[in-house]
Amino acid sequence: MWRICNFLVQRESYRNKKRFESRIIMIGIVNYGAGNIFSLTAALDRLNIGYGMINDQNAFDLYDHIIIPGVGHAGSAMNKLHESGLAARIDQLEQPVLGICVGMQLLTAFSEEGNSDLLNIMPIRTLHFDKQLAGKVPHMGWNSISPKKDSAIFQDIADKSYFYFVHSYYIEEHPRYTAAICHYGIDFSAAIEHNNFIGVQFHPEKSGVAGEQLLKNFSRL
Amino acid sequence: MLAKRIIPCLDVKDGRTVKGVNFVDLRDAGDPVELAWQYSQQGADELVFLDITATHEKRKTTIDLVSAVARQINIPFTIGGGINELADAEILLNAGADKISINSAAVRNPKLIDDLAKSFGRQFVVVAVDTRVVNEKNYVHLRGGRDKTDIDTQDWIQEAESRGAGEILLTSMDHDGTKGGFDNSFLKRINSSIHIPLIASGGAGNVQHFLDVFEQTNVDAALAASVFHYGEILIPELKGALRKAGTVVR
Repeated sequence: MWRICNFLVQRESYRNKKRFESRIIMIGIVNYGAGNIFSLTAALDRLNIGYGMINDQNAFDLYDHIIIPGVGHAGSAMNKLHESGLAARIDQLEQPVLGICVGMQLLTAFSEEGNSDLLNIMPIRTLHFDKQLAGKVPHMGWNSISPKKDSAIFQDIADKSYFYFVHSYYIEEHPRYTAAICHYGIDFSAAIEHNNFIGVQFHPEKSGVAGEQLLKNFSRL
Repeated sequence: MLAKRIIPCLDVKDGRTVKGVNFVDLRDAGDPVELAWQYSQQGADELVFLDITATHEKRKTTIDLVSAVARQINIPFTIGGGINELADAEILLNAGADKISINSAAVRNPKLIDDLAKSFGRQFVVVAVDTRVVNEKNYVHLRGGRDKTDIDTQDWIQEAESRGAGEILLTSMDHDGTKGGFDNSFLKRINSSIHIPLIASGGAGNVQHFLDVFEQTNVDAALAASVFHYGEILIPELKGALRKAGTVVR
């Protein structure tokens, strides 16, 4: 009986701790209208990570982590980010920032998609997959990645883990900024990292256990 | 390397999973969210839900199901059935669907493919094609294979690609439900004629059939329903066999 009570007390204190943790980890999601964020918020809910929406510049200060989501056309995503008035603050952010898919591409200097100038947080380019090399475009499905740096974002994620990709444009590999590579016809950046800015080309919110681990790792930075 | 995908398909009617032999007598195979969760745990790469009785009144049930799946499942999924216009697709996108699949609506109104691809991106648009051989030629069929059209299947798939389909789900109605294997020769021909992913469907009965379809046709994914639902093929064992045969799987 005592053991059961003790177990229940421990479980309750664990749950309180979880609740407490989930209150202090708060992720701000840049809400600029580029794509659906249901899957992302669902994944954060499953992981018990708190989040809110960033709709104006002042809201950046409310959160200790920032996620820039995005699907679709990089050029129109950049336009939407400008129109929302949120673009100007991004390069000054000091908290950890994670760009996902097109949100990652926005961190680069330029995209061949619509020949668009982007945020240029990393001076590298987003290019179109060459059908001759890659075969089918978009690159859609599960592909394995190899982390290049000793990056905290890939902690407890095995080399060659599979993540879910859906994209037609890729970020070139760069010795300084590439944090993980993936191969599809050529080697490209599956992840990039520079100071507090991180980008992942795949969708962690759709990448099973490995993707959830990556979101957890980000929330702990 | 990009992995070949294994996709369980859940036919859903009034919020419950069903699968019939040759699409006729239906048997109940469980709660879709529960099944979806089990498949994601087993290592399924993706899920397809086909809402086979998408009547207007029951539509809300499907949307609720999509939201429930999106909240609980950490792999991508496609929802098909009852999508006739942009607004139908948008509701499903907002409910958390990663892709939508259209079939007869695209045949009746091919421009729907262009419109969906422009509005939501081609990665969101799966065109499902049911084919059956008549006089040694493959023709597009509608209503679960019952209605023949005069449209050549290969022509239609190429048109769908050029209009903006992001992926093709090709079901051989002659093979579906037979458990005699996929239509490998036709799948191979189609796969080499398009530049978007192709999902093979219809005829899976055992592990060897999956080994054959990937080895002989190089399709991107293989889909099956009852062999998974009734536990005749377990996904971890299937993937083990594929890996051993040299096919890249997750």
